[in-house]
Amino acid sequence: MHIVVCVKQVPDTKIIKINPKTNTLDRRSAPAILNPYDAHAVQEAVKIKKMLGKGTISVLSMGPPQATAVIKKSIEIGADEGYLISDRAFAGADTLATSYALSKALERIAKEEPVDLVICGLHAIDGDTGQVGPGIARRMDIPPVTNVIEVIELNEKENTILLKRKLANGYQLIQADYPCLMTVGKEINEIEYSPMPNMIKAARYEPIIWSVNDLENVNRPQLGLKGSPTIVGKMFTPPKPEGGKRLEGNSDEQVSQLMELLKDKKELFFAAR
Amino acid sequence: MIEEYRGVWVFIEQNEGEIEGVSLELLGAGRKLADKLEVALTGVLLGENVKALCPEIIAHGADEVYVVDHPVLKDYRTESYMKGIMLLAEKYKPEIFLYGATPNGKDLASAVATDLNTGLTADTTMLDVDLEKRLLEASRPAFGGNIMATILCKKHRPQMATVRPKVMKALERDVNRTGNIIEEEIDLKEEDMRTKVLKNVKDITKKASLADAHVVVAGGKGMGDFQGFQLIHELADAIGASVGGTRDVVEAGWLPHELQIGQTGETITPKVYFAIGISGAIQHIVGMKNSEFIIAINKDPNAPIFDVATYGIVGDALEIVPKLIEQFKELRKEKGGEVSYV
Amino acid sequence: MSEKFDVIVVGAGPAGTSCAYTCANNGLKVLQIERGEYPGSKNVMGGVLYRQQMEEIIPEFWKEAPLERPVVEQRFWMMDKESVVTFGYKGLEWGVEPYNNFTVLRAPFDQWFAKKGIEQGVLLITETVVLECIVENGKVIGVRTDRPDGEVFADVVVLADGVNSLLGKQLGYHNEFRPDEVALTVMEVINLPKEKINDRFNLEDNQGCTIELFGDSTKGNLGTAFIYTNKESINIGVGTTLSSMIKAKLKPYDLLDYLKTHSMIKPFLEGGESAEYLAHLIPEGGYHSVPKVAGNGVLLVGDAAQLVNAIHREGSNMAMASGKMAAETIVEAKSRNDFGESSLNLYREKLYDSFIIKDLEKYKDAAHTFETHPQYFKEYVPMMNRAASKFFTVDGTPKREKQKQIMRSITGERGTLKVLQDMYRAWKAVK
Ligand SMILES: Cc1cc2nc3c(=O)[nH]c(=O)nc-3n(C[C@H](O)[C@H](O)[C@H](O)COP(=O)(O)OP(=O)(O)OC[C@H]3O[C@@H](n4cnc5c(N)ncnc54)[C@H](O)[C@@H]3O)c2cc1C
Ligand SMILES: Cc1cc2nc3c(=O)[nH]c(=O)nc-3n(C[C@H](O)[C@H](O)[C@H](O)COP(=O)(O)OP(=O)(O)OC[C@H]3O[C@@H](n4cnc5c(N)ncnc54)[C@H](O)[C@@H]3O)c2cc1C
Ligand SMILES: Nc1ncnc2c1ncn2[C@@H]1O[C@H](COP(=O)(O)O)[C@@H](O)[C@H]1O
Repeated sequence: MHIVVCVKQVPDTKIIKINPKTNTLDRRSAPAILNPYDAHAVQEAVKIKKMLGKGTISVLSMGPPQATAVIKKSIEIGADEGYLISDRAFAGADTLATSYALSKALERIAKEEPVDLVICGLHAIDGDTGQVGPGIARRMDIPPVTNVIEVIELNEKENTILLKRKLANGYQLIQADYPCLMTVGKEINEIEYSPMPNMIKAARYEPIIWSVNDLENVNRPQLGLKGSPTIVGKMFTPPKPEGGKRLEGNSDEQVSQLMELLKDKKELFFAAR
Repeated sequence: MIEEYRGVWVFIEQNEGEIEGVSLELLGAGRKLADKLEVALTGVLLGENVKALCPEIIAHGADEVYVVDHPVLKDYRTESYMKGIMLLAEKYKPEIFLYGATPNGKDLASAVATDLNTGLTADTTMLDVDLEKRLLEASRPAFGGNIMATILCKKHRPQMATVRPKVMKALERDVNRTGNIIEEEIDLKEEDMRTKVLKNVKDITKKASLADAHVVVAGGKGMGDFQGFQLIHELADAIGASVGGTRDVVEAGWLPHELQIGQTGETITPKVYFAIGISGAIQHIVGMKNSEFIIAINKDPNAPIFDVATYGIVGDALEIVPKLIEQFKELRKEKGGEVSYV
Repeated sequence: MSEKFDVIVVGAGPAGTSCAYTCANNGLKVLQIERGEYPGSKNVMGGVLYRQQMEEIIPEFWKEAPLERPVVEQRFWMMDKESVVTFGYKGLEWGVEPYNNFTVLRAPFDQWFAKKGIEQGVLLITETVVLECIVENGKVIGVRTDRPDGEVFADVVVLADGVNSLLGKQLGYHNEFRPDEVALTVMEVINLPKEKINDRFNLEDNQGCTIELFGDSTKGNLGTAFIYTNKESINIGVGTTLSSMIKAKLKPYDLLDYLKTHSMIKPFLEGGESAEYLAHLIPEGGYHSVPKVAGNGVLLVGDAAQLVNAIHREGSNMAMASGKMAAETIVEAKSRNDFGESSLNLYREKLYDSFIIKDLEKYKDAAHTFETHPQYFKEYVPMMNRAASKFFTVDGTPKREKQKQIMRSITGERGTLKVLQDMYRAWKAVK
């Protein structure tokens, strides 16, 4: 069983503080981190490998050379190998061009060992579109299952995997033939505290770095900026609503005014949730 | 030739014969676009035994409905649904194609965009068209910053976007509206499917209850610490409301992620929304600004949250909230203490 | 049993990293463990980095290291409530290679230094806490971390875990500090535009200045305060021994606030915004409190070995030097393949022959002297101020007459004999 997890390096939006008044964001102290959802994706691969007692976990990332950091992080969590595709040709990609480049890298990885399962994060916290995963699945012509919240069992005789897929108001029980691709959210598992041997392995690990030339039969016009149908038109601050009335006076007066205003909404209160 | 592409399409998401609210909202938004572009508004409906829904779709603004009815389409599945959509899109070539940003809508749109090799804008909160270029202007909060970015797709068709639920307004249902219903044949075999839906389970998670709540009490970092945030829960209990919060309080671990309101959380439109100790960054605003009656409590008179509030109280939440709790307990007594269900 | 290394270094401060670096550079298999999210994330330092010792490890480091400003001026301030006697030295030769000292911010610097170690082959693991040394019949054979399968083993474990060295305490090498052995220092990094700093301190872009503050800066308690200039921020800090804080019922941050609002200091900080606030212990014990530094399979370096010069606020340089000596010792021990105490004691010898212990010994009684004779801070500094005031105030009195008056007033206040004793004692303490 060969599992490939796609991992992206993103700025830590917990640290990026947005000043709501100036509309500017303070990137000074924002380090780059492994997209949190992708960390759960790697963790799930580790769980599956444990479940089967065997298998290989590779992680794949597209990004600048520094992105090797998220590959090392993935090794800490328990991945076996890590590939980074890094090249000017990939720069400025939107989700369509990203899924194309990643699928080409996956073809190459499959040469080393056929891929049975691809796992992506539900979305990346910077772009957060959630479109790359399904895109990769289409390009590889394998079924995508998004929003997986539990991997129930994996049947190696039948080549099927039993999954819980989250819906707006409930979930689906899905049986998929693998190879297939799934995207996972944070609910699917708890990130474990990495054991020392993994830490040592990660500290030592040298990710495999590929440029566009290392990938085969690539149609360059489909890469990077050129290969991206969407472009950012204008940026603007949304028209400011004039805002409502302020309740004046000391806190007691404010509160009683508010209760007065809420009188006609009584029927909404004390309702069951 | 992108000129061949004409018309505005909306994917009508149905679950077990029920149309998703967002699909009706999109018909409302799509109507405006279609009128500007002087083209037809088309609803696209897939499923098993769903023809009966077509009149509803027309009543909500569609000029025509393409319906693909097939047993294999009973439950949503990417592979079967995208086959249906591809069939229609390649045959009739729409210029604009909108989907609800629901789990299924996003899933389907992403797959379809890949096969059509076209652009897809995610989680749109504003839609417009540039008339002479016939360009869809799909806007969403940009990464970071309190700014919106307008995403364009100039050279590829259809122009696709997923749209956040509850940000667009559905039209009044009008049963007198008329339109065509076009049925499409599709050849699907269950045995070709590589995914099987064994069952669908409805469970009203906290998340769902937050989405449906009439009254929501949301708290932000301004509550100071985990202790202070408990006031939010107390107030919610006193009112019988649901609790929500900003991403920062979720990150701080004061609240589970499914109760986060905003761009990367839930979008909700309760009748009453309390925003307490919340600054009002755009990523939060987009998740709640369409609530009917918004009360903001913040000690900073310039906090942007006041811009979207119906009523604002400038003051210390830690002082005001306990008083509110008292008041509501009183009110409850008046009502005889019993819990009335709405 | 997990794999075995030649050396495990606990801590990625200056001491740990210079040791790890030097070991790896000599072909040893080194594992370095740091509890912080990254090296420097937890570390506090006023910010003067001394060139000498750093250069002995990485020649011409200033060409690539993330430094703030080369120090071209060192000022000393004897502060009273509303006056100050100042002296110092500014030399532009310090502003050109090879430089003298630099101001640094620890977070970027420690990360850079650690990266150099990694380039030498050091395996650095962060976000991992070493819980204890693994001791097997009297010999330290490895460490136990807080991670699953967390045991790792090595011929030698180097404790570079800082002043509070829990691991050193666990081994019984040193015991809890006496309050007079450590200074509690609090400091704040205050952001200011480059131009403002240059104007206020009369500097060029690539020039830095340090000010050591005595007297009223600590409300007359034993201790010192400092102001160092970074590129676009200044570090201001104040520290006194725990004991005098307890005696005077002082809270460290009160002291810092007092300093920041002091009429002589305020103008420097005007309009600055506080970036971070740090509190940290510095071992002030010096010579007397240097613990056992070499044991069976274990060495203590840097603050963990209490190697700090309280008088001159040096530490990082001793940390680096001691780390390097430890490394050299381990290399030699490796060639003998003997990591027992007697073999590793070579490190102790190196240490005691070096400037480190010599300096510490030179000042060994200073802290104590000043501690037990508060008059130096409480009385002489104000006296100096009054004297200077008298001397420089133009009021028609002839200068010679003024000097007489000043001497009279000083001896008058404390009595001639006392003054002489004090002078002698002070001279002995720091000679
Ligand atoms: C890609 C991205 C996605 C994001 N997605 C989301 C999202 O989905 N949802 C979301 O909410 N955020 C999101 N954010 C974060 C968002 O930008 C803001 O950082 C966040 O909403 C701020 O949360 P807050 O208002 O609780 O905290 P703050 O911004 O710190 O505001 C605290 C407020 O409390 C007030 N206050 C303090 N003390 C008191 C008191 N005693 N009484 C009354 N008022 C007091 C202060 O004046 C201040 O206005 C996202 C950010 C990024 C970059
Ligand atoms: C306010 C202040 C100002 C100073 N100013 C100066 C100055 O201007 N110039 C100067 O030369 N010196 C100065 N010093 C002294 C200087 O900071 C120290 O001497 C120097 O940092 C010592 O380096 P070190 O590597 O021995 O210890 P540290 O720098 O303290 O490094 C110890 C490291 O070990 C890690 N660690 C601790 N325990 C564990 C564990 N159990 N497991 C894993 N990791 C652990 C810590 O996280 C830390 O990173 C100052 C000190 C203070 C407090
Ligand atoms: N540059 C990238 N490299 C590797 N994986 C990526 C990249 N971009 C997106 N992904 C994967 O696609 C998921 C969804 O990303 P997005 O569609 O950008 O929200 C992420 O969680 C990753 O698993």
